[in-house]
Amino acid sequence: MTAVDLAGVAVAFGVGESAYCAVGRADVAVSEHEFVAIVGPTGCGKSTLLNVVAGLLSPAGGQARVFGRPVAGVTREAGYLFQADALMPWKTALDNVAVALEVGGVRRAEALARGRDWLAQVGLRGFEARYPHQLSGGQRKRVAMAQMLIRDPKILLMDEPFGPLDAQTRALMGDLLLSLWSRDRKAVLFVTHDLEEAIALADRVVVMSAGPASHIVSEHVVDLPRPRDANEVRLEPRFHALQKAIWSDLRDEVMKAYSGAAAGAAS
Amino acid sequence: MSRASLLFWQIAVAAIIVAAWHVASMTTLFGDPKTVRFFFSTPLDVALRIVKLFVSGEIWKHLEITLRETILAFLVGSVSGVAIGFAFAMMPRVAAVFDPYIKMANALPRVVLAPIFMLWFGLGIWSKVALGVTLVFFIVFFNVYQGVKETSPVILANARMLGMNGWQLFRHVYWPSAMSWMFSSLHSSVGFALVGAVVGEYLGASAGLGYLIHQAEGAFDVTGVFAGMVVLAVFVLLIDWVVTLIERRLLVWRPQEAQK
Repeated sequence: MTAVDLAGVAVAFGVGESAYCAVGRADVAVSEHEFVAIVGPTGCGKSTLLNVVAGLLSPAGGQARVFGRPVAGVTREAGYLFQADALMPWKTALDNVAVALEVGGVRRAEALARGRDWLAQVGLRGFEARYPHQLSGGQRKRVAMAQMLIRDPKILLMDEPFGPLDAQTRALMGDLLLSLWSRDRKAVLFVTHDLEEAIALADRVVVMSAGPASHIVSEHVVDLPRPRDANEVRLEPRFHALQKAIWSDLRDEVMKAYSGAAAGAAS
Repeated sequence: MSRASLLFWQIAVAAIIVAAWHVASMTTLFGDPKTVRFFFSTPLDVALRIVKLFVSGEIWKHLEITLRETILAFLVGSVSGVAIGFAFAMMPRVAAVFDPYIKMANALPRVVLAPIFMLWFGLGIWSKVALGVTLVFFIVFFNVYQGVKETSPVILANARMLGMNGWQLFRHVYWPSAMSWMFSSLHSSVGFALVGAVVGEYLGASAGLGYLIHQAEGAFDVTGVFAGMVVLAVFVLLIDWVVTLIERRLLVWRPQEAQK
């Protein structure tokens, strides 16, 4: 069954002549248990697509469906991992995770117990009482991951989640994500501008064109065997072949985005 | 600077000022000591007067009245500031309509309101509370209004994705966010509550620190004025210290840098 189905989705910001068309026409489908990565140049509307699936943004055209039903309001089945820090700074790590269950009606004692368990699973045992500002960037992402996963959403939406982290931490987080995901293989829509990260994690890589009115340029199936090690897989010859093939599509778009930005700056 | 040497220098500043004051009022070094004493009294006389105020027990009644007015002004001003700040942040249209009036009311010097409040609320504590409220309300109102409006959109989007409904968003996101802004203005709002109380007493009352100072002034009792000011200053320091303790307790989640 298709978990996420975006059919001819278009997104515009503003109204009338000044309206900016972010996404022209995008068709993306994610099957159950499939990990799909979207890559594209900066400002091509990748994150916008995630917001449409999440129900945080209504498309100007086309239709978004989740498990066959049109998206209306916030998508309950989806968990969202944001690029920026989204933890509540006034709650401890444990409270941040537990509150995700509490708002769904789980008793506090049980929510705390399961929150503790999830913090341990993302490698943060002993950090329960810390506030977000007392954690490193990577640790905050781990808390955010536990907060997203504790509700057991059927779809995971991730918007360059590891973008702000340093290279070593990114690699560790990629591995953590793969090991947590491989337990029940939820449907994933993962947005990134890092092609290597996309290939290392995903089953399929979707290339988006430069904006405005961006669209899907091509799709590539990543036939690397699982379980994968997010770091070691980068050494395999097949990885390089894929990287080369996808990059040839992506490069044109990056160049277009770059020259567009340069022309915009010159005018 | 270490804690000990900081404390040493802080005490040294007070010691130097008091010593200069003493010398000026006792010797001819800075002019006629009689004139100096008429305008500034002497540290010893002031100290003796303070001791007398406490020994006779007269001061407690005034302190209690001023403290009660300060606390009431703070509570009423904060509660109304939070309520209206929240309401305006949630209803931008209402906020836009009231915007010029809020600015107008805030620009008004509060001292001109004192006689009116005395007319409305009498010479008792409530006219002083009202004066304090007009000061506290605007500080809290502006902070909460800004705080709620500037709640991080990412935190809000995340909270909605976690399945929070309207009431839960209020409880887990808007309310703590607004409270953190309110508490960041705690020092100034408590300070202004006290200013309102003392100014109100000064302009017309039968008790309180402001009344005490005003009465001494009326009798050209400079020693009494200085004694009242010293008591008031120590009183302010104590209140500020209590506020700091409360703030530390309530804002543990704040990064330390932001508090400095």
